[in-house]
Amino acid sequence: MASTDVTRQLDTNVRPLSMSGHVGFDSLPDQLVSRSTGQGFCFNILCIGETGIGKSTLMDTLFNTNFENSESTHFEPKVKLRAQTYQLQESNVQLKLTVVNTVGFGDQMNKEDSYQHVVNYIDAQFESYLQEELKIKRSLHNYHDTRIHACLYFIAPTGHSLKSLDLVTMKKLDSKVNIIPVIAKADTISKSELHKFKIKIMSELVSNGVQIYQFPIDDENVAKINTTMNSHLPFAVVGSTEEVKIGNKMVKARQYPWGVVQVENESHCDFVKLREMLICVNMEDLREQTHTRHYELYRRCKLEEMGFTDTDAENKPVSLQETYETKRQEFLFELQKREEEMRQMFVQRVKEKETELKDAERELQGKFEHLKRLHQEERMKLDEKKTMLEDEISGFSKRKIAAELLQAQAFTGSMNIKKDKDRKNSGFM
Amino acid sequence: MDAVILQERLAERLVSPRTRSAKLKQEKQYVGFATLPNQVHRKSVKKGFDFTLMVAGESGLGKSTLVNSLFLTDLYKERKMLNAEERINQTVEIIKHTVDIEEKGVKLKLTIVDTPGFGDAVNNTECWKPITDYIDQQFEQYFRDESGLNRKNIQDNRVHCCLYFIPPFGHGLRPVDVEFMKALHEKVNVVPLISKADCLTPGEMKKLKDRVKEEIEKLGIKVYQFPDCDSDEDEEFKQQDKELKESTPFAVIGSNTVVDVKGQRVRGRLYPWGIVEVENQSHCDFVKLRNMLIRTHMHDLKDVTCDVHYENYRAQCIQHMTSKLTQDNRIESPLPILPLPTPNVETEKLIKMKDEELKRMQEMLQKMQQQMHDQEQ
Repeated sequence: MASTDVTRQLDTNVRPLSMSGHVGFDSLPDQLVSRSTGQGFCFNILCIGETGIGKSTLMDTLFNTNFENSESTHFEPKVKLRAQTYQLQESNVQLKLTVVNTVGFGDQMNKEDSYQHVVNYIDAQFESYLQEELKIKRSLHNYHDTRIHACLYFIAPTGHSLKSLDLVTMKKLDSKVNIIPVIAKADTISKSELHKFKIKIMSELVSNGVQIYQFPIDDENVAKINTTMNSHLPFAVVGSTEEVKIGNKMVKARQYPWGVVQVENESHCDFVKLREMLICVNMEDLREQTHTRHYELYRRCKLEEMGFTDTDAENKPVSLQETYETKRQEFLFELQKREEEMRQMFVQRVKEKETELKDAERELQGKFEHLKRLHQEERMKLDEKKTMLEDEISGFSKRKIAAELLQAQAFTGSMNIKKDKDRKNSGFM
Repeated sequence: MDAVILQERLAERLVSPRTRSAKLKQEKQYVGFATLPNQVHRKSVKKGFDFTLMVAGESGLGKSTLVNSLFLTDLYKERKMLNAEERINQTVEIIKHTVDIEEKGVKLKLTIVDTPGFGDAVNNTECWKPITDYIDQQFEQYFRDESGLNRKNIQDNRVHCCLYFIPPFGHGLRPVDVEFMKALHEKVNVVPLISKADCLTPGEMKKLKDRVKEEIEKLGIKVYQFPDCDSDEDEEFKQQDKELKESTPFAVIGSNTVVDVKGQRVRGRLYPWGIVEVENQSHCDFVKLRNMLIRTHMHDLKDVTCDVHYENYRAQCIQHMTSKLTQDNRIESPLPILPLPTPNVETEKLIKMKDEELKRMQEMLQKMQQQMHDQEQ
């Protein structure tokens, strides 16, 4: 869908001409229709709402089929988005429908960054389209467009006002996607409460500057119905895939002990209005708005971020090529600078390491010396002690010998005295 | 005067039929304490009752409407509802409404504790803290009053029951519900309710109730349990009791408006497809809740609060205080604590110091001895 929209401009060189017969180019729209029918249509819906609020059921009811969505748990740690693509056919029109559901929205204790996951998803779809557009060899007519065309925001039927999370999320999304708020499970609000609730919601949205999708009123064919529908926003819907016999027909309804809520009964809920507006009347407009407004805004922001402008400093138009060249130069320059820096850092690091190692070596050396000295000193001391000990030993042994000698002398002395005594005694005899 | 007549009538009923004729001839042979229930009744009527009910849950679940429907009054005349923008960073407030209502001579002082702002902000971490603080405050107040010297006029502001509203729009309990109930289940009787039950078909209602019951059990949340009925009650009563227990958590609908149904004016909600009657048992469990809360179990709720939750709090409080006292002698206790037969803290400290010194010196001595021993060797 990358067709450039040609706006009718009143060019002074072009003069209106009337023809004298039937030429036949009034079949152009039909040709366009048959071509697009042949190609098939593509539509992507994003459903945001708390777990269990009825997103999957409403989708099933809207498209009269069973999308086989499983129930999610309330205990998801953060918000996730789950996209599923289906191929539907009605009469001879093919529709490639992608339904994206949020999982775990509104369940966490701290919901401050819940909206961020949704915004990231939407931006990612825009980004991939932008990448495709900027490719050299591109095939846009074959490209599966995943950009979100409509966002159904499910409001819980409290009957008082929007929740704080709803307000915060819608504010962040209104410039990125067409928001259509719906009141879910509307069979719990009575008529009078519903009227007050709708007024409160719309006034809160207006006072906070949230721009929800307004059905277009510039096309005379649908202006009337769209204006009435705009006054019924947000739609209070009830979804059901079960059928109940009313009269002699089977209708989609919810059976309560006190009555039966018929989904397609306009006095019971606004389901029929939603289906008509979303699918029958304005689907193409939603796609167009997504492409011309939201996608263009994203593209412009993204390219400006990258540094591209349409006019340079002197307000002269700058072509993409020049901008590209200058960007390239800048980039190369930066690359060189970075390389230099890295090299310098490397050299410095090496030097530091060297000095460190040297210091360590010196320390070790010092320690070694110190230890060696200590060891020597101890050795000397030990040697001294050894010599002392030896001296003592020798002294002791000398004394021992001397003592023994003395003892021996004393003994022989006494022996001599005894001998003398004996001789004296024997002399007498 | 009528008390005497009552006594005589009771006595007649008690006396067996055989001796009834004999009674006329003989002196009355009963003692008379069978009239005690009557005396209790009389005294309690004179004293009047009080009950404190707390309602908690996100905005827009019908709490105020239910309270109005339960007590058939309009408690919330001027209420300022905040916008979504103002609620982004809202903190939880505690608002008390006290009313005096009377029925057949029985006076009830009813206090409703409201918790606006719960679960409304974008970041709801620990949003129940103001609520638990409030409950603890009431316990502490009662604790101080009970331990005071003049106990004649104690006002009992303790919260006897907390109705927690679970939104019916989801598949079961959400993290905020679980955290709240876990923070409160040991401080107050928690009665979970499924609110705005008119958005569930009977099949969906059963599924949700089973889911919630399962999750409550799995996560170990101790909600208020109905006491088992005595074994000598009659079968009908036991059957009712069993039904009551099986239909928890109650799925309720409230209404501030009165509608015409088959010529009768009842409280209900008018829809294009039918009228939901609040007091119709096949539509919702409002009647069961009312019976349980007001007609049969009100006093049991008070008893459990006094005997279980308050006693737990008291025990914890005392333990906490005595442990603090041994550490630090400067805590002012609300209780007159008798002087314990342990030595003064100061002397204890001195003793400890001296002990340590002794130990150190002993160690040094040992070291020196060892050194000398080594040297000698």
